[in-house]
Amino acid sequence: MMRGRVAYAGAIHEAYPHERGVRLADGRICPEDEVVWLAPIEPGTIFALGLNYAEHARELQFSKQDEPLVFLKGRGSVIGHRGVTRRPSDAAFMHYECELAVVIGRPAKTVKRGEAMHYVAGYMIANDYAIRDYLENYYRPNLRVKNRDGGTVLGPWFVDAADIDDVAQLELRTYVNGALRQHGNTRDLVTDVASLIEYLSSFMTLAPGDVILTGTPDGVANVDVGDEVVCEIDGLGRLVNVIASDAQFNRDGS
Amino acid sequence: MYPPADHRIHLFNEPLARDLPARAARALLAQGLACRPPVDGTVYGTLLNDAGALAALGEAMHASPYKAPPKAPILYIKPRNTHAGHGATVVVPDGDAGIEIGGSLGIVIGRTAVRVCAEQALEFVAGYTIVADLSIPHQSLYRPSVRFRARDGFCVMGPAVIARRLVDDPDALDIAIDLNGKAPFRANTATSIRHVAQLIADVTDFMTLSAGDVLTLGVPYGVPVARAGDTVRIAIDDWAPLCFSTIAQGDAQ
Repeated sequence: MMRGRVAYAGAIHEAYPHERGVRLADGRICPEDEVVWLAPIEPGTIFALGLNYAEHARELQFSKQDEPLVFLKGRGSVIGHRGVTRRPSDAAFMHYECELAVVIGRPAKTVKRGEAMHYVAGYMIANDYAIRDYLENYYRPNLRVKNRDGGTVLGPWFVDAADIDDVAQLELRTYVNGALRQHGNTRDLVTDVASLIEYLSSFMTLAPGDVILTGTPDGVANVDVGDEVVCEIDGLGRLVNVIASDAQFNRDGS
Repeated sequence: MYPPADHRIHLFNEPLARDLPARAARALLAQGLACRPPVDGTVYGTLLNDAGALAALGEAMHASPYKAPPKAPILYIKPRNTHAGHGATVVVPDGDAGIEIGGSLGIVIGRTAVRVCAEQALEFVAGYTIVADLSIPHQSLYRPSVRFRARDGFCVMGPAVIARRLVDDPDALDIAIDLNGKAPFRANTATSIRHVAQLIADVTDFMTLSAGDVLTLGVPYGVPVARAGDTVRIAIDDWAPLCFSTIAQGDAQ
């Protein structure tokens, strides 16, 4: 099943796909641009993977890694489908990252790879923005690059794990203003979903609602104010985001 | 989370937190009761905000891999599995490294803070707490593994959130960390590079802090390392201290 979470007419609703937009749990049917899309779940801990597609790692000139490159993101950075993300005017390189987001469904501690998929509740699309200009070499990637307000776009749907036949065969695509810019497949993950759960749960307990953003393939490029960025993953839908200016946030700069 | 009127304390065996005067909070704690963390938001740790910690890096800041001194605040997240309260038992992983006891002032946010200027920053603070920001000692600050700081129980907080009105100057607080009752390691929040208000201003320039979130002021340079079987006590000013103990991995359930 595909479930979204939308605000409509003064309340927050569970919503489902419908040919004329979305169907709310109470039966109302709304065009998809007349509801406000929230992230499909309220995430717990958010993990993100750096350099987890071999081609992307080569693109950024990284060599082989000893262990998965994991960093953490705060819930405050999360927005939903059709949200806007601000691009500071002093930034030269802000880029999208289309990623498969894995949602944990059960407490997981020292879980072995062979059992790990039983701990997955479902999947979402994530767009994990970064602003390369702000990269500093302490505790990379520092939060000013990766944990900005609006920097973690999730949705539109939460899709039950049972509905995805093979999570290791999903195409990912990012379109900027309609042009295909990024393309990959989860078969190329350096550390796959089950191994990530085994790795993380080897030193910490994962809880229901924790989210693992599994990394992005190559093809990241700068985006500008006004650009429409659409991330697409087989079976999970299309996640739309628009780049906003400082002026829209009543800022002079930076 | 609503700002506390006095001392917010959440006893482990009670469903809700209490809000008590200092003396009543101390009397409760004197019974040896364990507590939950007195906060429920996201916890952000701050790195290299102590003049001594930055000075210790010295020329290395200009060499590879760092290449330049830090500019913006350097932060990391202590995820929810790390959160623990006063009286907790923390598992020391196998190996010789032990656990570094990063005693820090915890700044507890009281209301949505975004693009806050330093002059008004303290108005967004609900109060303060003691944070034991624990980590496995590691040399490189370049891109350390999350397993150094994100292990279960590696962020012990409390015992209380002390209302802002009860803290005259958060930038002149003594911190004392002792292991097993021995002579403590001492520091003071005055040696911070960004003081409380400036840190809030610089962080909220790019991300929103919400009520109940905690921002640590940062770990002082040279904090002690605990081994399995130690009893740790962290005191700030004359507040009720934060205490916890450590246990070897093999002895944990």
